[in-house]
Order: sequence, then C-alpha cells, then structure tokens
Amino acid sequence: MTLLSVEGVGIDFGGLRAVNDVGFSVSPGEIVSIIGPNGAGKTTLFNMISGVYRPQRGRIALDGTDVTGMAPNRLAERGLSRTFQNLQIFQRMSVLENVMTGCHLRERGPVLGDLLSLPSSRRRSAATSARANALLERVGLARAAEREASSLSYGALKRLEIARALALEPRILLLDEPAAGCNAVETEEIDHLIAEVAKSGVAILLVEHDMKMVMRISGHIVVLDRGEKIAEGAPATVSRNPKVIEAYLGTQAAEAGDAVG
Amino acid sequence: MTMRLSRKHLTLIVLAALVALAPAFFPSNFYYRIGSLIFVNGLAVTGLVVLIGFAGQISLGHAGFAGIGAYACALAPGYLGLHPGLAMLGGAGLSGVVAWLIGRPILRLKGYYLAVATLGFGILVSMVLANEAGITGGPDGREVAELGLRSALAAIGIGLNNAQFWYAATGLSMLAGAWVALNLHDSPSGRALRALHDSEVAARTVGVDVARLKLQAFVISAVYASLSGSLLALMNRFITPDVAGFLHSVEQVTMTVFGGVGSVPGAILGAAVLTLLPQALTVLQQYENLILGLIMMLVMIFMRDGLLPSLMRRLKGRE
Repeated sequence: MTLLSVEGVGIDFGGLRAVNDVGFSVSPGEIVSIIGPNGAGKTTLFNMISGVYRPQRGRIALDGTDVTGMAPNRLAERGLSRTFQNLQIFQRMSVLENVMTGCHLRERGPVLGDLLSLPSSRRRSAATSARANALLERVGLARAAEREASSLSYGALKRLEIARALALEPRILLLDEPAAGCNAVETEEIDHLIAEVAKSGVAILLVEHDMKMVMRISGHIVVLDRGEKIAEGAPATVSRNPKVIEAYLGTQAAEAGDAVG
Repeated sequence: MTMRLSRKHLTLIVLAALVALAPAFFPSNFYYRIGSLIFVNGLAVTGLVVLIGFAGQISLGHAGFAGIGAYACALAPGYLGLHPGLAMLGGAGLSGVVAWLIGRPILRLKGYYLAVATLGFGILVSMVLANEAGITGGPDGREVAELGLRSALAAIGIGLNNAQFWYAATGLSMLAGAWVALNLHDSPSGRALRALHDSEVAARTVGVDVARLKLQAFVISAVYASLSGSLLALMNRFITPDVAGFLHSVEQVTMTVFGGVGSVPGAILGAAVLTLLPQALTVLQQYENLILGLIMMLVMIFMRDGLLPSLMRRLKGRE
C-alpha cells in the first residue's frame, strides 16, 4: 500500500536541471531516506513534495490523489508535514506556542471568537496547549516550554521543529536533516524518536547526511546525484552499489571497491 | 501550578488604572483633552500592532480608514439621517469592506512594495475627501453632529462636562480595543499571524492559510483605524481631510514602532509619549521639533524593539 508516490518529477532553475525524472514511493510506517552529495537536489525534491515549489515535470500523489503543485497548507490538511534543513522556527514565540501553532488545523476557528475570547476559542487553545505540552515531553523539551524559542540551542531547535511537525498528526512526515549539528547523544534520541513515530504508522521521508543513522533506521534508500536518481533499494544493497560509492567518494574509491557508511 | 494573573489581565488592569487615576493629577480641563487624544491615537496604534506587530505587514495608508470613519460620522447623519453612533459603526463596517477589497490584491506584495501600495490608498482617500467639496466640504473641512450620549448620561444623573465625557468615552474605547487585541494575541488566529510573521513557509506547512490570515489582520486593523477616526471627528465636532492624510498615517506608524510594535501596551505608550512630548516641548519654542526628532532617533538607535519592550527587558536583566 503506497501513501506517497512520486513519479518522474523534475524542476529547472534557469538552465540548471536541479531535479530530473525522480520517482519512488513511501508506504505507511516505512522510513525512506534520500541521500546524495551536496547539491544533489534532495532539499529541492522535498520542496516539491511539500508544495513549496511546483514541479515542472512529473506527478506527485498522496493516498491516490494527484497533489502535484498543491499549496503547502492544503497538503498539511491532507496530512503531510515537514521540517526544514535550515530551521524555520517561529523565533519570537515561546517554545510551547511553536508547537501549538503546529496544531493550527485542529485549533483554528472563527476569528471573531478569537477576538472576543469566546469560550469556544479558549477551549480550543486549552486543548492545544495540553497536546503541545505532551509533545514537548516526548521530545524532551517540556522544561523549556515557556522560554522564547530563539533562546534554545541548535540541537533543541531541531527537536522543537520535529515536535511542531508531529503536532499536525501527520500521515507522512518529511524530515530534512533532523540530526544535522546534533551531538551523538542528541542524534541517538532523534533516531529513537523517528523509529517510534514510524512504528505508529506514519510514513517517513528522511534527508540526512549522517550515514550511520541512515543505514540504521531506513527501510529503503533513494540515492540522488546531480538531480537524478542513480540507485535505490535496501541499505545493504545501496551501500555496495558502485555508482553510489563513486558519487560519494569519486572514481578511485569506486575502483578500490570501498563501501559507503 | 499556582494561580497567577495572566499577562493579558495584568496589562489591562494597569492600563485601566492609569486611565482611571490620571485625572486626579489634572490641573485643568485641558488635560482631559490631551488624554482623549492619547486614547484616540492609542486605539489606532493598537490596530497597527495587530497588522505590523503580529502579522508583520506594513501599512502607510491606514489614515485612509481613519478618514472613512471620520467622514462617515460627518456625512451619514446629514445625508442618510443616521444617528452619529450608528454612523460610526457603519463607517467601521465600510472600512472593513474596503480593506477586504483592496487587501486581496495588495497583500500579495511584501515589504516596501506593500508600503507603497498602502501609501497610494491613503493618498487616494484624502484626495477624494479634499476634492469632492460638494459633499465633504473640501479642504476646509466640515462640522460633525453631536453624539448626544453626554446629554443622555446627564439625564440619568451622570453629569460630565464635555472634556470629561470624551476622556471617559475614548478611554473606554481604547481599553476595549486593547482587550480585543490581547485576546487575539493568545488565540489560535493570533498564533497563526505571529507564525507567518516569523516564517511564512513554516506557517504554510503547518496548515496556515497565509493569504486569508493576512487579509483578516488587515481588515481588523482597518476597523480600529476607522473607529479612531470616528471618535476624533465626534470629539472635535469638526473634521478636515488631513485626518486621512499621509502625515497622519506616518505619525501612527511612528508611534507604534517607537513604543514597541509587537506589544499592545508598548504601542499605547508610544502614542502617549509622542502625543505628550510635543506639548511638553513647546517651552523650547523653535527647538521643539529638533529635540523631538533627536529623542525619536535616540530611542530607535538604543531601543530598537521600542520603548516598552526594551525597558522591560532591561528590568528583567537586573533581577
């Protein structure tokens, strides 16, 4: 059963083929990783899947429905959630408010009720606050709930973004380098969190440079190089693929037959 | 967790106490008048806090909505036979509709493009008010009907002189405006607005309909501006197209930024200081504007977040 299917998508920036003819699929509870050298088009692919960019070629379907070029907020309504490589935190809001905003689709209501602080509006806020606190507990940030988000460390901000993305109760979660800049302990925590989320039936699409982590948790790996898919398969297969080794380490290494990882 | 007063209630209590207690220190009726002006400006800047401070969208044309509100009170009683109080509500409704109509195309613009587009709107309104002299009275302005509420209050035994009545009326309006804006701040819509201010792309990915929320903030702030314009017209019993002018727009944005653009009490403090300062500095005669300009520059250089947020941060830092 496929939740997300990407078929032959591509986009050009000026004369550059940033992504070309990439396809793969993700099922509920599956962790699929997209790897590749810097500039391979991983984040661009993420931006197309999450509706930030409109693909110029190909088709993206979510649960059988064509969602190619759909706006990010519409995709969120269909259960697609994401984090960002370069962090997109709501800096001037508290840690708790950041996660509460992740519950927007559940807590939104008539603006008039919000202006007059009607009981229905207060109830929605209170319910969201409880949910957000539970999520902060889950990512280990409960004690920082009232702090301004901009005061958190980089590793904590990464976890905050994950909590905010989970607040949407996604069916598919796109994580763009969730462990970047995190120390070994933090990486392991994120690792566990991702596995746990996948176990609950959420499809996960992961971009990550930490190869140990990718090899450990992915069920399936898609390898990009210069915007094209050069390999895909189970971690063990992909790491022995000569094309992959070449893309990562150059031709010499490929000839020597070194494994990635 | 212990029960404590929320920041919203604390802010409202302090504001209400200041409004209620200030008259104890007034040496003459003239100060009621200054107070009323502060409150009218305070109402307008609260609307700008919603638009600029929460949603992060600039407007240099909000005096246009003040003009609509003011001239609704000036014209509707004569031409349509509406009670001035209803004219005020009608003006607010009209401003909301106009904001909704022009907001849809112009809120797609960002930064200084949006600033110039809103600027154009403000100029348009003030030109129409100045040129349609047959209806509006033109640049010389026009008289505004009596609200009539004061005599109604006198009839039930609440006797206030004119200055005192307007002090109370504008003060209560400003407090109500502050209450509404503070409600919004901590509500689902308010969080979404502040989120899109910080990162539009992240706000979209959590499901925020950015275009719709920006439009709502624009309409809300237009209603604030309109009500403040109406109050000004009813209080002065006279209005000129200057109420919709560019200078008036800039003055109110300045007050907001000066006091603290993200903070309702901050912006109100900004309105108070920049309404009072010119009065206080008149003793300096020809140097008045020089000193005023200097103070504004110094505050923005050393207190970039605005007067109140910067002061609060400094106080917290000392604790």
